[in-house]
Order: sequence, then structure tokens, then C-alpha cells
Amino acid sequence: MQHLGLGPTDLLIIAVYFVFVLGIGLVLKRSMKRSEDFLLSGRRIPSWIAGLAFLSANLGAQEVIGMAASGAKYGMITAHFYWTGAIPAMIFVGLFMMPFYYGSRARSVPEYLKLRFDEKTRTFNAMSFAVMTIFSSGISMYAMGKLMHALLGWNFDLCVWASAAIVLAYVFLGGLTSAIYNEVMQFFLIVMGFAPLVYVGLRDCGGWNGLVERLGLVSSAHGGQSWVSVWRGLGSAANNPMGVEWFGMAMGLGFVLAFGYWCTDFLVVQRAMVAENQTAARRVPLIAAIPKMFFPFLVILPGMIAIALTHKAGQSGFQLPIRPDGTYDYDATIPMMLAHYFPTGILGLGLTALMASFMSGMAGNVTAFNTVWTYDLYQTHIAPGKSDNHYLWMGRMATVFGILVSVAAAYVAAHFNNIMDLLQLVFAFVNAPLFATFLLGMFWKRSTGHGAFFGLLAGTGAAALHHGLTAPIGAVTLFKGGWLGSVVRNYPSEMAQNFWTAIWAWSTCFIVTIIISLATRQRPDEELRGLVYSLTEKPQEGHLDWWKRPVWLAVLVAGCALALNLIFA
Amino acid sequence: MRFDLRLPLGLLFSIFGIILIAQGLLASPAANSKSLGLNLNLYWGLAQLVFGAVMLAFVLISKKRKRS
Repeated sequence: MQHLGLGPTDLLIIAVYFVFVLGIGLVLKRSMKRSEDFLLSGRRIPSWIAGLAFLSANLGAQEVIGMAASGAKYGMITAHFYWTGAIPAMIFVGLFMMPFYYGSRARSVPEYLKLRFDEKTRTFNAMSFAVMTIFSSGISMYAMGKLMHALLGWNFDLCVWASAAIVLAYVFLGGLTSAIYNEVMQFFLIVMGFAPLVYVGLRDCGGWNGLVERLGLVSSAHGGQSWVSVWRGLGSAANNPMGVEWFGMAMGLGFVLAFGYWCTDFLVVQRAMVAENQTAARRVPLIAAIPKMFFPFLVILPGMIAIALTHKAGQSGFQLPIRPDGTYDYDATIPMMLAHYFPTGILGLGLTALMASFMSGMAGNVTAFNTVWTYDLYQTHIAPGKSDNHYLWMGRMATVFGILVSVAAAYVAAHFNNIMDLLQLVFAFVNAPLFATFLLGMFWKRSTGHGAFFGLLAGTGAAALHHGLTAPIGAVTLFKGGWLGSVVRNYPSEMAQNFWTAIWAWSTCFIVTIIISLATRQRPDEELRGLVYSLTEKPQEGHLDWWKRPVWLAVLVAGCALALNLIFA
Repeated sequence: MRFDLRLPLGLLFSIFGIILIAQGLLASPAANSKSLGLNLNLYWGLAQLVFGAVMLAFVLISKKRKRS
């Protein structure tokens, strides 16, 4: 690929952005006095800011690039990640789970597990989460270095170390608040950078109708599978490009994976925990859901435009690049479109949006890591009972340490791509059953610590077993499944296999937790007050204006999401 | 004391807006052939300047309110 030449205006825009990033860290440094200020933003963030951060923390560049790639590969059906997955999960965490996270005064998701269950469940979760965040942050750095190298010809090492240094600077100075403020800036940058891309791309197709007409050609090239409908092809796995039927979609993606992620992943839940009070904390995911449901038009639509133009060229002649093995390079969708459509000036803006989203991806992981490390591992197992100043210092050290290990992880990813695949697989196994543990913990007071711990282990084991015994059709490497020797079931796609792995893991964890809980001794009701639904007072929010009440916000969000599902059915 | 996030947001996008407008006005029309002949820099720069200005206006209004 030919390197893209940047004009002075593009560089100026990128430079201005970095000045702001570091400036925010410097200004916030003065308010970092206690460990809670640094690791929990002193719990004083207004809900609109926390809401946008809740949304952007997940909006790493891999997500943006991956969603566009899926948009090209599978079409509109990718919107299920938003309209079936994220939105219902965000409503659930806001309405039903936030009262326990916030009300219990837990400082992290693992700490809630400690309060509700026991130390071993917390430690298991804290350790797997700590390793996972560091590697995610490393993968983000690696992806950024690789992209900048391919697109601009910049040096890979320089990109990795420079981005690590900038993230380190602003998180070290301003802690979680700094990360959150930057995530909000990133949100606006992505909207500002991508909206004109979608506009120009659509124009190149000849408007929405031109896009639909072109996608019809894509569809006929693939046996009639539709690229523009979300639900119509879900009757059977053969009728849609993703190879998933409605049950696998609704249960695997919608229920297990999305709820597991949005409701239990500390990276996002942390953004709601920093709100100024419990009602504000409940509003955070609901506020986040409003822009979230329109993101498919910003991140999936470019992919659909790209594949449409590749099948029937528009006036500008945009084509998806082809890899040496003859398949489309779907991951190049966004960078190629930026390079193709944006003249110098706005090109700098588009690249800034991508860089911002890579760096927030790192910073989000690092701020979640330093909190879990400081409170759940260091304060609990290594050095309990120290002064708060000591933990503030530890939080800062954990930031430095976390970033250094992330850099190492980026190099591991660069040299051994398979190791990263393996790790991501293991984390998928650990995460998939977690939502069953939280569901039982929050809504069934009879569930016990032993039940939760062994349920999690069994669920993780079930995920590994399912993955080892099944494979997507045409898979070659061990990391795609079937490593236990015989393949019991073939799935039409990797996506379908993932969804079913999640369903098996969740169900196993759910059942094993119930059985072991019934066989072990229940904790007395007194100890579970504020931690379990039936033993917690319902939040009193009747005195607020209707638009400030989480219930009405949830109704609004659910209505809009339903409408989107119907319009694009 | 924590600062109002709308202040840096407003400043950042106002500056971006001004840079893009300048680029859109000064560059030769041939530069716009990539974006199908649209002067994206000019129009999108204006949009950002408006967004930035609205954010800054919010900051001023809330400061005045606090004072009174």
C-alpha cells in the first residue's frame, strides 16, 4: 500500500489534539489528593459525562474498525451487536444492577463479589480481569502501531512508545477523571470525524437508495442473503451472511455475551460507579444507550458503503483492497475510506479520531487495571491496612507498571500473533459464564460463595470443552476450535460457534451454581442487605422530574431501540 | 476544584473549526476532487466552529448563573 502523505494542516490538527490531552491531565493533577480521587474520580462526575465515557470506553479503535469490517462482511445484521446486544444490556444494568454496585459502596466489580460471596470468587475475577485488561491495552497499542505504519509509514516502535508515553502522562497526572474526560472528547471526535465520511460515501453511492440497490447486487452474489435487513434472514443459519439463527443471536449474543460484557465488565461499570449519587449512577448506562443505538450508522454503514461500491463502482472508483490470498481486506475499510475521500485538513481530523480512540482504548484498560490491582489485589493480599496516601502512590505505580506491561504485550502480539488469539480465547471462556454468577448473586439470596466460585470454574471449563469439540466450517488452526481431536459439531461461521460457546458456558455456570449453593450453607440475611434484590430497599426516585428518573429514561431508550429494530427488520 | 469539561471541548472544536475553514478557503478547488467536489473542510469546519461556540456559550451561562 502506498503511504498517505499528510499536509501541514493535518499535522497541526493532530498536534492541537495532543496539547489538549496533556493539558487536561495537567489541570486535573491539582485535584488528585486521595486514592479515591485518582481511582474513582472522587465519585463526583455528572451523569452526562459519565454516560458518554461509559459509551466510549468500549469504543476502542478495534471496535470501530471491526464494526466497519463486519458491516462489509455481513451487512446490516451487524447492528444486532447494538440493537439486540448492547441496548437491552445497558437498560438492565442501569435499572436493576446499578443499585447493588453503587449502593454496596463497592469500589470495583470484584469487590462486589467479595461483599456478596467470598474472597476466592473475588480474587479469581480480579486476577483474570487484571491480566485481560493489560493484554487488551497491549493489543490496542499494537493495532495502532500497525495501522499508522501501514497508512502513514510511521515507525512502529515510535508509535507504540509515543502513545504509551502520552497515555501514561495523562493518566498518571489526572487518574480516572483524566481518562474519562478524554473519552468524552474521543466520543465527539469520532462523531465529527466519521459523520462526513458516511455522508460522502453515501453520496458516492447515489444516496440511500443507491446504496440499497448496490447491496442488492452484493446479495445476489451471495445466494440472496440480505445485506440490508437485521432480522429477516434469521429464520435459519443458511439465510444470512453471519451464519447464525435467531436463537443463537438472541440468546448467545443478546443475552449471554452482551449482558456479560455491559453488566459485569469493570472497564465500563467503573464509568457508572463514579457518578455523584445512586440515581445518577443508574442514569449513566441509560444516557449512554441513546447515542449508542445510533452508532451503527456511523461505524457499520461505512462498511456497507465500501462493499456496495466494490461491487458496482461509484464516481470516485472506491474499491476495498484485496489481500494476497484473494479475499477482501475488510479491516482496511475505515483507513482506506479516510485516505480515499478526505482531502488534507479534514483528513487530519479523521486520523485524530482514530488515534483518540486507540489511546482511550488503552487508557480505559489501564484505569480499570490500576483500580483492581490497588484495591482488590494489593490492598487485599499484599499490603492491607496502609495509609490512603500509600494506596494513592500504589495507584500511580500501577499505572506505570500497567503501561509498561502493555507495551510488552504489544510486542508479544507483534511477534506471536497466535499467542494473542489464544489469550483472547481464554478470556472469552472466563467471561462468558460471569453473568450467570452476577444474576444469581443479585437476585437469589440463597446462592453461596462456594456455589459462585465452582459455578464459574465449571462454566469456564464448559466453554473450553465446547470450543474444543466444535469448529466453524473450513477452519484450519487449533485456535478456531476442534483441538480435542474429534469435532462433534460444525458451525457455519466462527460467530455462530462463539455464540454457542457462550450459551453453554452460561448455562453450565447457572446450573452448577444453583446445585452447589443448595448443598452449602446460606449466609444470614443480615449480611446480604444492600447486596441482594429481595433484601434491598427500592430506590426512591418519585420526587424527581420524569426525565431524570431512570425508569422513564429506560422506557424511552427501549422504545427507540424497538423502533430501529422494526424499521430495519 | 474540577473544571467544566465543556470548556476544553468548546475550545478544541472552535480551533479545529477555524483551522478547517482556513484550509477550505485557501486550498485550490482541485484539492476537493477527493471528496466528490465538495468543500468538506469549509462546511465541516463551520459545523465544528458552531458546535465549539455552543459549548463555550454553555460554560459562560453556567458561570453567570453560579455568580448570581
